[in-house]
Amino acid sequence: MSHRLPQGGRLIDKARTVAFEFNGQKMRGLAGDTLASALLAEDQMLVGRSFKYHRPRGIVASGAEEPNALVGLGRDARFEPNQRVTTTELFEGLEAQSQNHWPSLENDIGVVNNYLARFLPAGFYYKTFIHPRPFWKHVFEPIIRQSAGLGKAPKDRDADRYEHFYANVDLLIIGGGIAGLQAALDAGKQGKRVLLVEQTAHWGGRAPVDGIELGGKSADEWITATLAALGKMKNVTLRTRTMGAGVYDHGYALAYERVTDHAPSVDAPRHRLWRIRAARIITATGAIERPLSFAGNDIPGVMLASALRDYLVNYGVAAGKRIVIATNNDDGYRSALVAKEAGLEVAAVIDPRPDATGDLIEAARSAGIAIKQGIAIAEAQGGKRVTGVKICAQDSDGSTGEVIACDAVGMSGGWSPVVHLWSHCGGKLIWDEAQACFRPDPARPPLSHDGEGFVFVAGAADGHSTAAASLKSAQAAVAAATGQAVKSRLPKVVEPELGALAPIWIMPARAPIQKRAKMWLDFQNDVKVSDVQLAAREGYESVEHTKRYTTLGMATDQGKLSNINGLAVLADALQAQIPAVGTTTFRPPYTPISMGAIAGEARGAVFQPLRRTPIFDWHVEHGADFEPVGQWRRPYCYPRAGEDRHAAVTREINATRGSLGLLDASTLGKIIVKGPDAGRFMDMLYTNMMSTLKPGRCRYGLMCNENGFLMDDGVVARLDEETFLVHTTTGGADHIHAHMEDWLQCEWWDFKVYTANVTERWAQVAVVGPNARKLLEKLGSDTDLSAEALPFMAWTDAKIGGFEARVFRISFSGELSFEIAVPASQGLDFWKSLIEAGAEWNITPYGTEGLHVMRAEKGFIMIGDETDGTVIPQDLGLDWAISKKKEDYLGKRAQARSFMDNPDRWKLVGLEALDGGVLPDGAYVIRAGKNANGQNNVQGRVTSTYYSPTLKRGIAMALIHNGPDRMGEVVNLTDGKGGQIKARICSTIFFDPEGEKQNV
Amino acid sequence: MSDLSTLTPYVSVSELPLQGMITLRADLSQKTVATAVKAITGLAMPAPRAILEKGAYGIAWMSHDEVMILCPYAECAAHVATLDKKLAKLHHLALDMSDARAVFEITAPTAGALRDCLAKLMPTDFHPDSLGVGELRRSRVAQAAAAVWLTDPKTAQLFAFRSVKQYVHDLLRVSGAKGGEVGYF
Repeated sequence: MSHRLPQGGRLIDKARTVAFEFNGQKMRGLAGDTLASALLAEDQMLVGRSFKYHRPRGIVASGAEEPNALVGLGRDARFEPNQRVTTTELFEGLEAQSQNHWPSLENDIGVVNNYLARFLPAGFYYKTFIHPRPFWKHVFEPIIRQSAGLGKAPKDRDADRYEHFYANVDLLIIGGGIAGLQAALDAGKQGKRVLLVEQTAHWGGRAPVDGIELGGKSADEWITATLAALGKMKNVTLRTRTMGAGVYDHGYALAYERVTDHAPSVDAPRHRLWRIRAARIITATGAIERPLSFAGNDIPGVMLASALRDYLVNYGVAAGKRIVIATNNDDGYRSALVAKEAGLEVAAVIDPRPDATGDLIEAARSAGIAIKQGIAIAEAQGGKRVTGVKICAQDSDGSTGEVIACDAVGMSGGWSPVVHLWSHCGGKLIWDEAQACFRPDPARPPLSHDGEGFVFVAGAADGHSTAAASLKSAQAAVAAATGQAVKSRLPKVVEPELGALAPIWIMPARAPIQKRAKMWLDFQNDVKVSDVQLAAREGYESVEHTKRYTTLGMATDQGKLSNINGLAVLADALQAQIPAVGTTTFRPPYTPISMGAIAGEARGAVFQPLRRTPIFDWHVEHGADFEPVGQWRRPYCYPRAGEDRHAAVTREINATRGSLGLLDASTLGKIIVKGPDAGRFMDMLYTNMMSTLKPGRCRYGLMCNENGFLMDDGVVARLDEETFLVHTTTGGADHIHAHMEDWLQCEWWDFKVYTANVTERWAQVAVVGPNARKLLEKLGSDTDLSAEALPFMAWTDAKIGGFEARVFRISFSGELSFEIAVPASQGLDFWKSLIEAGAEWNITPYGTEGLHVMRAEKGFIMIGDETDGTVIPQDLGLDWAISKKKEDYLGKRAQARSFMDNPDRWKLVGLEALDGGVLPDGAYVIRAGKNANGQNNVQGRVTSTYYSPTLKRGIAMALIHNGPDRMGEVVNLTDGKGGQIKARICSTIFFDPEGEKQNV
Repeated sequence: MSDLSTLTPYVSVSELPLQGMITLRADLSQKTVATAVKAITGLAMPAPRAILEKGAYGIAWMSHDEVMILCPYAECAAHVATLDKKLAKLHHLALDMSDARAVFEITAPTAGALRDCLAKLMPTDFHPDSLGVGELRRSRVAQAAAAVWLTDPKTAQLFAFRSVKQYVHDLLRVSGAKGGEVGYF
C-alpha cells in the first residue's frame, strides 16, 4: 500500500495539513503536496478508469506526462474536467472527482468492455459500425459517445477571470531545471532581456531528486544560490507555474501561467496567457521517462521509476512497502537506491540487460539489493492494485518463471527528450541510437524570417543524461542563440557514470499475443502492443495513419509516454528502422491549456468591441430593438408598448412616407479622397465616371473588385476640385479604406492622392419624408435649402438650428430626404433638437428594417442582399452606372470575360406572390426536371423580400435566369416546407417609379 | 467575470475632454510643411514615432507621410484653414479629426504597473528601452485600434475611435483591476 513516511519530502511542510475531498471522501494532505502525492499518501492507488476498457488505473507519473490520473476539479462555476492530479497543487478545500466510471470508481459497469477486449481491437468501430449506414448516426454513435469520453463538460458559466500578457524578449528560456537556470545566468550576464519560465512551482527540475552535487553543494543549494544571482539581474524575469505551451513562426511563443490554481481563494486572474515575441528561444524542457511494455503494466501500483523516486524525495510518500524496479538502463537503479534508503523493502531490480555494470548498479549491489540481470517481467499481477510480478528470461515467451510479491513496481524504459517545443515550428529530429531516443537535430532547427534557426536546445531536452553535459549544453545554447561567447565557469559536478541502455520495446522478447494484448502503450486511450501490431498487419505503414487507426497518442496527454514505445513496436512489426518510421507531428499546446486563458479578457462586457453611434444612448432610452451590423449596434425598430417588430416597422414606414421620419445614419462609411490625381483615382475605383462630378454635387456609384464582382456602393460628394467624400456601406468603411490604400501604396504609388477614414468624425442623420424641408426650415438654416437652391443630388454646408452641418440631398427611401452630418460630439444634441422640433409632424425615428423595406419598395439594391460576392453590376440591371467611355476601372477586364458577359446569367427582377403574401427569404425559383443528385433544378433565387406597408402586400427581388425578358411570367418558388408558391415576375421598382416624391 | 462592478482598480482610467486633433498628410520632409506646423504648434517636426508637446500643443509622428497635430479643440477649424492656405501649392490633406476619437488618461501607482496594465491589452513592446516617454505607438488595444504614449513614467494617454470608447474604457478597467498585477516591468 502507498503511504506517507515519517521522514523525507523536500517540498512539503509537515506542520501544515491540508484537507481535501476525493469522490466525496474527506482526506488530508500536507502543504506542498500535489494532489497525486496526497492521494498516494492516503493509499488511494485507484484513481480512474481507462477510456475504452474501463480498466482500473492508478498514478503512473509525477508530472505533466501523467496519462491516467485525470479528475474533475471543483464544482459548478469552478468545475474543470481532465485535470492531472500530478500537476495539481493541493489547497485547502480542494474537491476532486474521478472520471469515466458508473456507478462508482470501485464498481464500474463499463469494465465489462475489459472482458470483451479481444472483440474491441484497433479499428473495431470503423469495421463494425459501418453498416447499415443510418445506424451510425442514430444508434451506434449515441451509445459509443455515452460509454466513451473522459471528463464531463462544465455546465455553468466560468466564475474566474483570465488575461493575456504580451512580452518581448531577446531570449525566452523554457524550462527551469539546472540547464535552464544556467542558460538564464549566462544570457543574463550578457545583458540580454531574458524570460525564464518553469511549468511547476519549483526550480531545479530533477537534479535535487537525483542527488546531483554541483560546485561542492547539493543541487538544492546550487539552485538557491543561482536564483539569488538571477534575482539581482533586472534584465532577467523568472516565472514559475508558467508552461511553455507552443512555439510558432518568427519567434512567437505562448506560455501558460497558472496564477491561482494553487490558491483559488485569491482574487486574481486564474490563468494568464503570455504571448511572447522572442528573438531566440532555448528549450530546456527536460526528458520524460518511458514505461516498459510488459503485460499488466497498467495495473495501479505500476508506475515510472522516476515518479516513484519523486514521490519519495519530494513528498515523503512511498508508492508501496515492497518494491520491484524494472529497468533497461542505469537510471532506474537510482529509484531502487532511494527506496532502500527510505527504509522500504526493495524485492528486486529486474534488468533485461544480461551483463550491465556501472556506478549505480554497484551501489545497489553493495546496498544489498537483489539484482536480476537478463530478466524480464512476464506479467504484473493484481486487479485494482498490483500484488506481484512474474519474472522470466527477457529472451523467452514468459510462460514460466517465479512470482515476486510486491505492492509497487517502478519501471524505466529509458528517457525521451521533450522535443515538443523544438518541433512545433518545424525543428527536425535525429535518432540517437545509443540512448534509443529522438533528439533535436541542430542542423535542422525551426527557421525564422531571416532563414536562421531561432530555437536552441539545452540539457536533457537535447538528449544529455548527465548534469555535467546538460550544463555544458546550456552554455553552448546561449552562445549559439545570442551569437556571443559565454565565459562563465561551470560548477564541478559530482554524479555517477551511466552505462548504456538496452532498447527493450517488448518484455519478454517473445511474448505471445495473450501477453501483448495486455501490454499498454497508450494508457489513456487503451492502445496496446497488439493493436499497433494489428495495424501493421492490416497495412498501416505510416505512423500518422497508425496513430489515427489505433488512436495511439491521441488522448489528452498527446502520447507523452506512448509515442516512442508505440513507434518502436510499429517499426519492429514493419521490420523497419525506427528513424525510417519517424514520429507523429508535435503540435501545441504542450499540455492542454484552459479555454479561459485562450479567450483572455474577451468575455462579458469586453467580449467584442461594440460600436456605438453618438446617438446610441438616445436609442436605448427610447426602447430601440437593436440588431448587430458588423460591430455596430443599430436600432432595427423602436417598438412601442404592445407593438411587435412587424407593427413597429409598419408604423415607422407609414409615418415616414406620410409625414416625417428620422434615421441615425452615422454608421455609414465616410472616406476623404484628396489630391491632384483624386479624380483619376476615383475613376479607377468606381465603375462609373466620377471625375466629371461638379463640386457641390453628389453621384451614386458602384465599386467592384478586380474580379469584376460588386463590392460596395454609395454616394460620392465632390467637396472641391481636389477632394471627394466617399460614402460606403456601414460594413464596408474599413475594408474600402484598406482597399484604397492597398491600390495607392502597392499599385498606383505614383498617384498624388491622400485618403482618410473620417467615418467616426461625423454623426449623420437622415431627415426623411414630405415634411423634411419644413422641419429644417423651422429649425432655421443660414443657407437656402429649397429645391431650386439645393436640388436632388446636391450638397451644401449650412448652419442648421445652430449646428455646423453638411447637408446632402440624397434619398435611399424615395422620399424627400436630407442627410445631415454634424460633428460627432454634437450628434446627440442635433438629433434631440430634430425630434423636439418635429413633434408637430409626428416625427418618427425608424430603424434599419424600415430603411430596408423603403429601399426595396424603390428597387434600390443592398450590398449583401442583392450581392453575395458572385454578382456583377450587370446582373442587377445597373448597366447605366458602368461607364462605356472609361479606358479602365477595377473590374472592367473581368466583366468582359465570357462567363460574365453572358446572357445566361441570373438577373435582377421584382417578384410578387400571386396571393399577395411575403415570399420566403432565399427561396429558389424552380425549373423543370431534376439534377444529378435528384434535386429540383433551379433558375433563380429571392434576394430580398418584405411586407410593404405602403403597398399592403409582399414585395420581393430575385435573381432569375433571363429575368428582365420574362416580365409578367408566373414562376414557382420553394416555400421551404416542401411545397411551392407561385409568383409573377415584375419590375424591381414597386413604388413611385418616376421618382416624383424625392424630387420636390 | 462579466460584471465590471466587482473589480477594484489599481490603475485609474479617465476619459479626457475633447482634444483638438488635426490629421495632416503631406511630404514631411518639405520645409513648407515643417514651417506650417511650427507656426501652429511652436514645435519642430518629430522624429519617427516621437510625440512632442508644448503647452496646449503637440505633434505626433504617425507615419512617413502623416502627423497628428494636437491643439485646443476650439482652434481646430482655424488651424486647418491655415494649413490649407500655407500648403496650397503642396499636395496635402489636413482634416479636423477631433470628434472621431476619444482620449483616455491612465495613471498607475508605479511605472511598472502602468506598462503591465497596457501590455495585457496591446502587443506593443512596452519595455522602457523600446517605448520611452515621448514616443507614440500606433497599435491595437485588444480588438480595437489604438495609439498610446507615455506622458510621464506613470501616466499614459490612449487614443481610440469614439464608437468603441466604452469598450476601451471597460478593457482598461479589466486590465487594471486588482489581483491582475503582473510584476513584469
